Amino acid sequence: MSPLVKRKKERFKLPVKYWILILSAVCVLLMCLTFMTDFKFNTANFIVGYTVVPFQNGLSKVGGYLTDKAELLAQIKDLLAENEALQQQVDELTIENTALMQDKYELNTLRELYALDQQYSDYDKVGARIIMGGSNNWFDTFVINKGSNDGIEPDMNIMAGSGLVGRVVETGPNWAQVVSIIDDTSNVSATVLSTSDNLIVSGDLSTMENGYIRFSQLVDEDDQVVVGDKVVTSDISDRYQPGILIGYISYIEEDSNNLTKSGYITPAVDFEHLSEVLVITELKQTID
Amino acid sequence: MKKVITTVILIFISFILQSTVFRAIAIQGIVPNLLIILTACTGFMQGERYGVFTGFFCGLLMDIFFFDIIGFYALLYMYLGYMNGLFHNIFYPDDIKLPLIMITVSDLLYSLVVYMLLFLLRSRFDFGYYFLNIILPELVYTIFVAVIFYPLLLLISDLFRRAEKRKEE
Repeated sequence: MSPLVKRKKERFKLPVKYWILILSAVCVLLMCLTFMTDFKFNTANFIVGYTVVPFQNGLSKVGGYLTDKAELLAQIKDLLAENEALQQQVDELTIENTALMQDKYELNTLRELYALDQQYSDYDKVGARIIMGGSNNWFDTFVINKGSNDGIEPDMNIMAGSGLVGRVVETGPNWAQVVSIIDDTSNVSATVLSTSDNLIVSGDLSTMENGYIRFSQLVDEDDQVVVGDKVVTSDISDRYQPGILIGYISYIEEDSNNLTKSGYITPAVDFEHLSEVLVITELKQTID
Repeated sequence: MKKVITTVILIFISFILQSTVFRAIAIQGIVPNLLIILTACTGFMQGERYGVFTGFFCGLLMDIFFFDIIGFYALLYMYLGYMNGLFHNIFYPDDIKLPLIMITVSDLLYSLVVYMLLFLLRSRFDFGYYFLNIILPELVYTIFVAVIFYPLLLLISDLFRRAEKRKEE
């Protein structure tokens, strides 16, 4: 094109370098805000709640529908229903069993101080469906289809079947973000049911491949904790309701300090095939 | 304007696909990183300006739904978009080598930064394990998906280039 030809004057555009600078500053500001304070990015939560979430809802319903159909092909419908009913019964019985065992140990050791009227089968729960998750290979977080409109608040506990799944960390109007207990950054204060010894359960990406999560800081001088013991959430946790089943001890070893023990726990929940979860709509009572 | 709207729609579709459908096709719990593919492709197909914004919004969506610190992924994806945009001038649609190399490098950088900032700093030192079990499978799977998605994205960018050419004439 000859330089004499006058081109249409272009609209002024801010050079990319400045945009990067501006957006970087915005990001850093947001990071500082969300990291250091309780700031919640509510506008964004609200916007995505009404733009992205409906699609996800629909898509995961389609996914659920397709999975159901595939299962129907493989199995007779009645068997499926029966299986579900039995599974529910197993869950209920596991809950009951945990509760009963808890009662038994309580009675045996005369620890009425715990006031066990707060068994978790009594917690108010609402069901929710997982609508998305796993878009990142590093962390185990997912999103459920109930949010602040349904009374979900951050720090509410999530269960599936008879075990603990995780807790809510962030809510939008119709969605909530859940961090599961197998997430690499998650730590739960827990108790061994048989001996009432406290320990810390931490999610670990590298062991979850084999179906385990780690536990540590178990003080057990008399070697009473054995493989197979039930581990439940402890009374002293400030985020988790007490007495929810986490899993079973599958490996235990003495730490090099000779004071504490650590090892692996097999979670009670099948995290590979989660689709529906229960949200406990009570928050742990804390002193502010 | 049409280009902007298309890009926005592409971001939404990619994010929704990645967080719902791709979870179903995950192999051993590893999902391909479609957002990286989109950010990188937008970068070298449309230039750095589009790359930066696409990256920023892809990352922002990830932050809002899957991360408790907002801004981290936005920043990371934005720089990756810019980096890819720098190669806009040497990008030829017929040659699939450059795009695949760029997507590979982007995904590798992304994984390394995530590992270093979010895992290494929490004293998870076993880099070998994470490289072999997370980074490498994700990379391979991402490239595989990129081979399928790249022609689609190329088709869209081709339509716009032709429309622009017609306008100039």
